[in-house]
Amino acid sequence: MDKGDEGYGEWEELVAAALLGTERRRGGGPAGSPEALLDAAAVHAVRRRAGLRPAEAGPRPEPAPRDPRPAPPEAAGRRLAQLLAGRSGPVNGGGRRGTAPDLTELLPQWLAAAARHGYRSPAALVPALLDAARARTDLRPQALALAGTRGLWLARMNPDWRFALRGGSGGAGELPEVTDRVAVERLWQEGLFAERVALLGAVRAHDATAAPRLLTTTWATERAEDRLMFLDSLRVGLSEGDEPFLEAALGDRSRNVRATAAELLSALPASALAGRMAERALACVGPEGVTPPAECDAGMLRDGVVKRPPAGRGERAWWLGQLVEAAPLSCWRERFGGLGPAEIVALPVAAGDGWTEELHAAWCRAAVRQRDAPWSRALLGPASAPPAAGPGTASLAERAKLLETLPHAERAEWVAEFIRAHGLSEAFQLLGVCVVPWAGALGRAVVDALDTARDVGSYPWSFSGVMGLAERCLDPAEADRLEALTTAAEDLPDAAPGAAAYWAEAFQRLVSTLRLRATMLAELTPA
Amino acid sequence: MTDQGDRWTAEQVLDLAPDDASRKAGGRLGGAGPWLQIGGSASGSVWGLCKGSGSKPYRTVVDLTGPAYKCSCPSRKFPCKHALGLLLLWSAEGVGEPGEAPEWAAQWLADRAAKAARPQGGRAAPVDEEGARKRAERRAARVGAGVTELEQRLADLLRGGLAGQEQAGYAGWEETAARMVDAQAPGLAGRVRELGTIPSCGPGWPARMLEEAALLHLLDRAWLGVAGLPEELAATVRSRVGLPASGEGEALRDRWLVLAQYDAVSPDGRLTTRRIWLRGLAGGRPALVLDFGPPGRPPGLALPVGLVLEAEMRFRPGSAGLRADLGERFAAAAPCAEVPAGVSTGAALEAYGAALRQDPWLESWPVVLGPVVPIPGELGWQLADAEGTCALPVPLTGGGGRSRGGLWQLAALSGGGPVTVFGECGHRGFTPLTAWQPDSTEPVALS
Repeated sequence: MDKGDEGYGEWEELVAAALLGTERRRGGGPAGSPEALLDAAAVHAVRRRAGLRPAEAGPRPEPAPRDPRPAPPEAAGRRLAQLLAGRSGPVNGGGRRGTAPDLTELLPQWLAAAARHGYRSPAALVPALLDAARARTDLRPQALALAGTRGLWLARMNPDWRFALRGGSGGAGELPEVTDRVAVERLWQEGLFAERVALLGAVRAHDATAAPRLLTTTWATERAEDRLMFLDSLRVGLSEGDEPFLEAALGDRSRNVRATAAELLSALPASALAGRMAERALACVGPEGVTPPAECDAGMLRDGVVKRPPAGRGERAWWLGQLVEAAPLSCWRERFGGLGPAEIVALPVAAGDGWTEELHAAWCRAAVRQRDAPWSRALLGPASAPPAAGPGTASLAERAKLLETLPHAERAEWVAEFIRAHGLSEAFQLLGVCVVPWAGALGRAVVDALDTARDVGSYPWSFSGVMGLAERCLDPAEADRLEALTTAAEDLPDAAPGAAAYWAEAFQRLVSTLRLRATMLAELTPA
Repeated sequence: MTDQGDRWTAEQVLDLAPDDASRKAGGRLGGAGPWLQIGGSASGSVWGLCKGSGSKPYRTVVDLTGPAYKCSCPSRKFPCKHALGLLLLWSAEGVGEPGEAPEWAAQWLADRAAKAARPQGGRAAPVDEEGARKRAERRAARVGAGVTELEQRLADLLRGGLAGQEQAGYAGWEETAARMVDAQAPGLAGRVRELGTIPSCGPGWPARMLEEAALLHLLDRAWLGVAGLPEELAATVRSRVGLPASGEGEALRDRWLVLAQYDAVSPDGRLTTRRIWLRGLAGGRPALVLDFGPPGRPPGLALPVGLVLEAEMRFRPGSAGLRADLGERFAAAAPCAEVPAGVSTGAALEAYGAALRQDPWLESWPVVLGPVVPIPGELGWQLADAEGTCALPVPLTGGGGRSRGGLWQLAALSGGGPVTVFGECGHRGFTPLTAWQPDSTEPVALS
C-alpha cells in the first residue's frame, strides 16, 4: 500500500531522528524533546493508517483451464475432505485398532470410484489432494487425475507440488496432439524423460507402428538406462508391430537391454525369437525325457540366454530353464502327441533324472509371461490339493502370478476353494490378486474361515492382515450378514486372554468399514 | 426452533473439534457402524449410543442450539469424539424422524431447557456501590502510576535512539511488560511485549518501532486525559489499557452469520484465544466474539463458519463497537443460503480508516472483499479487484500466524478467477479467513 504522499518526507525525518536519539540531535530538527517526537509520530501513524490506499496489482495468474468434468455430489465432496484430513495415519500406529474404520485405507477406494464416475475434485480440496499425492506415491496417479487441470495449474505456482508436472499420467493436456508430427518430434527431441515416456505411450495408443519409428530416430544416442526404461514402457500393449525393433535391440551393447528385449520377444509367441527358442526347447524336452543343452552357444547368448548360473545352480539346468521359459507354450502340444496342458503337466517326464521340478517351474514362468490361462490352470492344479502336491509350484507368490492370468470369476472361485481347504494363514498373497469387491463365494469363504479361526480360539492378531484386507475388499453388501459376528462371546478356556473381545472388536470394525464403504459409494452416485 | 432438517456440513461439525486428534477420532465414528439408538428431537437435539471397547455403550447427546454436549465417556475434551462422530453422522445422513429422547438424554436436555428459561443476570447479591467505587479508584491509581512509568521508558527510548535496540534484546521490554501487569494494565503489557519483538523483525523495523511506540504513547496520553474524552473514546481507551468493560453495552437482535472462527495461542502457550467474526444479516453490523481456553484446553464456544444464529448480541462500549458477547439465542443455528456482498479494495481500506476514528489503535477491520482475484507471488500474495488495477497485499503472517495452506486453498478456489473473501483488513494488508467459490453459497474456512 502507498504511504500517504503528504508528509512522507517528514516521516522519514522522524524515523531518522528516532534512530539517532533526541539527545544526539543538534539544532532541534522536526521534533526536539522525546515527547514531541512521539506526539508527531503518533499523528503520522494514525494519519498514514487512516489514509491507506490500495497498491498496484501485480501480474495476474493465467486463469486455470476449465475442467469440464462434474464435481462430485456434495456429500461425496465432504467425505473426501474427511478422508484427506484423516490421511496422516492411524492414531495409535501398530497397536490395537479399535472398532472404527481406518479412513486412510479408504482414500484409494474413494479415488478409484470417483475416477469411474469421471468427477473432478472440489476446488477447495485440490491443495490437500496434492499434498496427499506428494506424501503417498501409490495415490499419486489417481489423486492427480482427480485434481485435473486445476491441480496442474496450482502445481505450476508452488514448488512443493512440482512432482505433479513431472508425472507421466498427470500430464493430461500437456502433451501435443499425437497427429501433430512437428510438435511430437520436438517434444521427443527436447522433452524431459517422463514427458517422453508419456508421449511414447500416447503415440503408441494412437498408432502402434509409429512408436518404434520414434524410438529409432534417437536410439543410438540414448543412455543405457533410458533405453531400458523405454523398452520397459513397451511392456504395456506389446504387439507384433514391436517385433522388428525388439529384434534389433537384441544386438544392443547393454546386456540389460538385450535381456529385456529377449524377454519381451518371448512374450510374443509368434515372434522369430520365440520360434528359435521353441526349436531349442523342443530339442531338449519330449515324451522320451529331458536332455538339457550341453552348451550355451552364441545364438543362445544373442537371444538373451544368460550364461552364468546364480550360485548353487547347475549350468545345464539353468540354460534349460531359460529355453523353456522363453518358448511359446503352444509348441508342446505337438511334441507330446496332441496332449493338452493338464495332461502334459501330469506326465512323469524324466522324473528319474529330477528334471520335473525345473521344467514345471519354467512352464510356470512361461505361462505368466505369455498370460496363458489354460497352462496356468493346469499348473495350479485343483485348489483343494495340498500346496506341496501342486503340479506347478508350491510357491504362493508364483501361484498368485499364475492366478492373475485367469478370468476374474475363476480366480475368485479358485482362491475360495483354497481357503475352504487350507484356511486363511497362507491365503494372503492369493487374496491380493483377486478383484475388489470380492465375489460372493470368495467373501463368504474368507468370513467363514475367520469365524472358524475365532471358534477354535486362534490368536486374533495373527489374522489382522486378512481382516484389514477384508475391510477393504469385501462386498459392502455383506455388512448385514456379518452383524451376527460382532457380539463378543465368552473367552474359550484355552484361548488367549482377551481374544474374544478382540475378535468382536475386529468384526465390529469390519462391519462399520463395510457400511462406511457402502455409504461412500452411494454418495458418489450422481443424484 | 428449527427442526434438525437444516443439517450442518461436515466442515462445520469438524470446526467444533478441540484438536486434530479429536477431528480424526470423530471422523472415524461418523458412520452408522458403531451407533445404536440414534435419534433427534424437533427442538434441535440429537442422541445416540456408541459402541466402544467396553461392554456398555457410551451415551452421547448434543444440544444443537448450544451447541452443548454430554457424553458418558471419560474424555475431558469437549466436544468428545463421540459427540463429533454423532454430529458427523447426523450431518451426512440425518437421524430419521424427530422423536422423543430416551430417558438418559431427556433429563439433561430438560435441565438445559430449564436453565435457559431462567432469567439471566439477576444476581441477588446486593451491590456494594461504595466499595466498588473505591476499588475502581485504587485500580485507576495503579494504572496511572504504570502509565507514567511507561511514558518515562518511552522517552528514554527516544532520547537514546532506536539504533541500539537491535543489540539491546528483549529482556528489558519483558521487564517493563511485567511492571505493566503489576500495574493491572494487561493491555499495555501486551503492547509493550509486541514492541520488544519488533527489532528482530527484519528490514524496516525502525519505522515500525517508532509507529508502535508512538501509538503506545498516544494511549498513555489518552489515559492520562481520559476524564476529558467523549464517553465512547474513553471506553475505548479503558479497554485498550486492559480494564474490564464498565456496564452493559447495547443489545442488538439480528440473524448473525458466522464469517470466521480461529484460534491463536499466546506466546507462552498458556492461553488460547478464539476469535469469532459475525455479521448481522439485516443490520450489517460486524461483531467480534472472543472466547478463551486455559492451558491444554480449547475455548468452550464454537460457532461453525457459515451458520446463521438468530440471537441477541450485546456490544461492549468502545473499540469501534466490534467486541460483543453472545446473548440469548432464539433458534438453532442453520446454514446460510447466500454469499454476503463484497466491496472493492479501496472501500475496504476506507472502512478501516473510518473505524480508526473511533479507535486509533485498531489493527484491522472485518471486511467482505469481492470480487477479487488472488495473485500468488514469491515475495508476497495480493488480492486484486476483479475490475481495475488495485490490490491489497496479504501479510506474510497475519491473524495469529496463520499458515500459508489457507492461501493455496484460496488460489485453488479461484483458479485465477474472481472470488468473494472475508478477512481482516488493516494497515498490514488483508488477511483472508473465509472464501466463497464462484458457483456455491457454501463458505470455505481457509485453514
